[in-house]
Amino acid sequence: MSENGNNLISLQNLQVHYNLGGGSFLDKITGGSKVRRVVKAVDGVSLDIKKGETLGLVGESGCGKSTLGKAILRLTEPTGGQVLYNGEDLAGLSQGEMREYRKNLQMIFQDPYASLNPRMTVGQIIAEPIRTFNLSNGGNVEAQVQDLMETVGLSRRFTRRYPHEFSGGQRQRIGIARALAVDPEFIVADEPISALDVSIQAQIMNLMDKLQREKNLTYLFISHDLRAIRHVSDRVAVMYLGKIVELGDAKTVYREPLMPYTIALISAVPVPDPQIEAKRVRIILKGDVPSPINPPSGCHFNTRCPFAIAECKRIEPSLVEIKPEHFAACIRISPEHPHIEENEKQNLGAVGEGTPEIKKGS
Amino acid sequence: MSEINGHLLTVNDLKTYFQTEDGMVKAVDGITFTLSKGETLGIVGESGSGKSVTNLSIMRLIPEPPGKIVGGDIIFDGVDVRKLSIDDVRKIRGKRIAMIFQDPMTSLNPFLKISTQLMEVTELHLGHTKAQAREHAIKMLDTVGIPDAKSRIDGYPHEFSGGMRQRVMIAMALSCDPELLIADEPTTALDVTIQAQILELIKALKARMGTSVILITHDLGVVAGMTDKIIVMYAGKVFEQAPTAELFSTSANPYTKGLLKSVPDPAHEEGTELYQIPGLPPDVAHLPPGCPFAPRCYRAEDICHREFPPFVQIDENHFSLCHFAKEVYAESIEEKSAAAYSGDVQIQLNPLG
Repeated sequence: MSENGNNLISLQNLQVHYNLGGGSFLDKITGGSKVRRVVKAVDGVSLDIKKGETLGLVGESGCGKSTLGKAILRLTEPTGGQVLYNGEDLAGLSQGEMREYRKNLQMIFQDPYASLNPRMTVGQIIAEPIRTFNLSNGGNVEAQVQDLMETVGLSRRFTRRYPHEFSGGQRQRIGIARALAVDPEFIVADEPISALDVSIQAQIMNLMDKLQREKNLTYLFISHDLRAIRHVSDRVAVMYLGKIVELGDAKTVYREPLMPYTIALISAVPVPDPQIEAKRVRIILKGDVPSPINPPSGCHFNTRCPFAIAECKRIEPSLVEIKPEHFAACIRISPEHPHIEENEKQNLGAVGEGTPEIKKGS
Repeated sequence: MSEINGHLLTVNDLKTYFQTEDGMVKAVDGITFTLSKGETLGIVGESGSGKSVTNLSIMRLIPEPPGKIVGGDIIFDGVDVRKLSIDDVRKIRGKRIAMIFQDPMTSLNPFLKISTQLMEVTELHLGHTKAQAREHAIKMLDTVGIPDAKSRIDGYPHEFSGGMRQRVMIAMALSCDPELLIADEPTTALDVTIQAQILELIKALKARMGTSVILITHDLGVVAGMTDKIIVMYAGKVFEQAPTAELFSTSANPYTKGLLKSVPDPAHEEGTELYQIPGLPPDVAHLPPGCPFAPRCYRAEDICHREFPPFVQIDENHFSLCHFAKEVYAESIEEKSAAAYSGDVQIQLNPLG
């Protein structure tokens, strides 16, 4: 990846595992699970987020994308690996030390109905982070709050209203104002538009875009909506069962997806154009996302992959730079043979990293 | 089948109102359409636009009070559904008109086995014996692609994933071979890869059984590939009604155009900023005088704030509720030819590239 000076956040082999128990002596005699059951929600993710960019994180429900976002902010404790913020490992800090960093790292939540305290006025909600971190500098908090409301497109007069008096889109604006109150550098936006109506989604995406330009913010934009991700992101990371399976420039990933899961995911998005819809070939994946409890061995996607071969069950692929700045995790593709469909036609087996031939060759 | 003018379903000026503390809410205020055998109609709208109430009205599922169908006709296969007794409606509901709901998590009874819930339908409507019903249920689960249907049929809903539950719902809806299937946001709660599976399934079943379908959704992408014609609703009113291809290429309504432009369209290279419809969807209990969309409309003039717009006929099957429908239509045609000239509408190999 590019020079480290540009990276605001750098994840090194980040893990969030939940132990569900089982497998112990006691479980065996009491009839519990014979094997230890672990949910590997985030399973060894290494990822850089560059200063000023929007990194889109996309995947289906249960793939671990929200957990990853929360683990960066330590709202969920990582069980392994590092979260480097300007070179400092956040995962190793105590809760007290971490608190200081929360000024710089904020979050916007999916559900604008559940993430605002219904008993606080909007003014109180937005002022809370300012007071907590003593950021008023002796100035007028009320005025600061009103400025923030104006920034996110709400009337200054609304400070005494309660969240229930606002619509979903307006509440999401309140959530954004609260995140901006501490003047952060980095914002994790976890499905910020999923709960909103179509015409309101565009408003929120445009607002976030405007704020990013004005305040030089860095976003991790988490969504299952592939159309939205493509629109807002500079780079895109695709996640499947706890792992990043493809990473690259947003346009490139959408135009030339490399990993079979990304190819299927992008082909599944309905396009609002009947002419295109009539002509396109859709790859329909079989079955559901497997359970993240003890996921399939080897490549986690092998159970649904139309291109899977025997080795895929055995070898766990790592994220490899297939084309410049475009990474994918699949043993059937390599920089020399980047296109899985062609490899399938030529009947090429495993060509990527981790296979015996490659190890010998290089 | 004794269809009126070859139509399976004719809805004529349907009005469904709700009496609330806040005043009368005109949830659906005059919707007219016809549906032929094997045809698919898409109803598109944001929350509160009245799209679901339309379909609950067709099924006579509006809770009364507070709701009431206050006007219009619903003619299904020559029979006025509004005039039927509740017993007669029940004979149609689930048998000849079936429905799939948005949330497969809550529309199955969590205490009953899948088999019980599936068998009930055909025992009631087709007079199946237990053995016949069971055999039929297994066949239906097979049809909708539930692997190992024979053993899974005795499972409970919580043992199925979201996509699988929606398949069970579809199996249940189709067990009596209905003539009309109403799918209310059938894929909204599902992931894209599962959504693709379910839409593909509905398409295949429709082709095989010749079922007519009403597909309700907020997602313009879903209706683009699935429907023959589309109704766009806003604040309980039909804002535009047109064959699918025409609606997408040459819309005659500012709201439809705004909706189309505000969806990030991955098939075309993006501009910097996404078009946004300003403001908020209206409170249906307190609609402004004039056009309900006027406060948000990019081309509203004085008359729009004063007078309710006419429902203008553009051509045989294309209608738009707008004072300036003809002008908007002309704009769309102009934009389309300009875009074609600049090469903007090339169809790319990978539509998302």
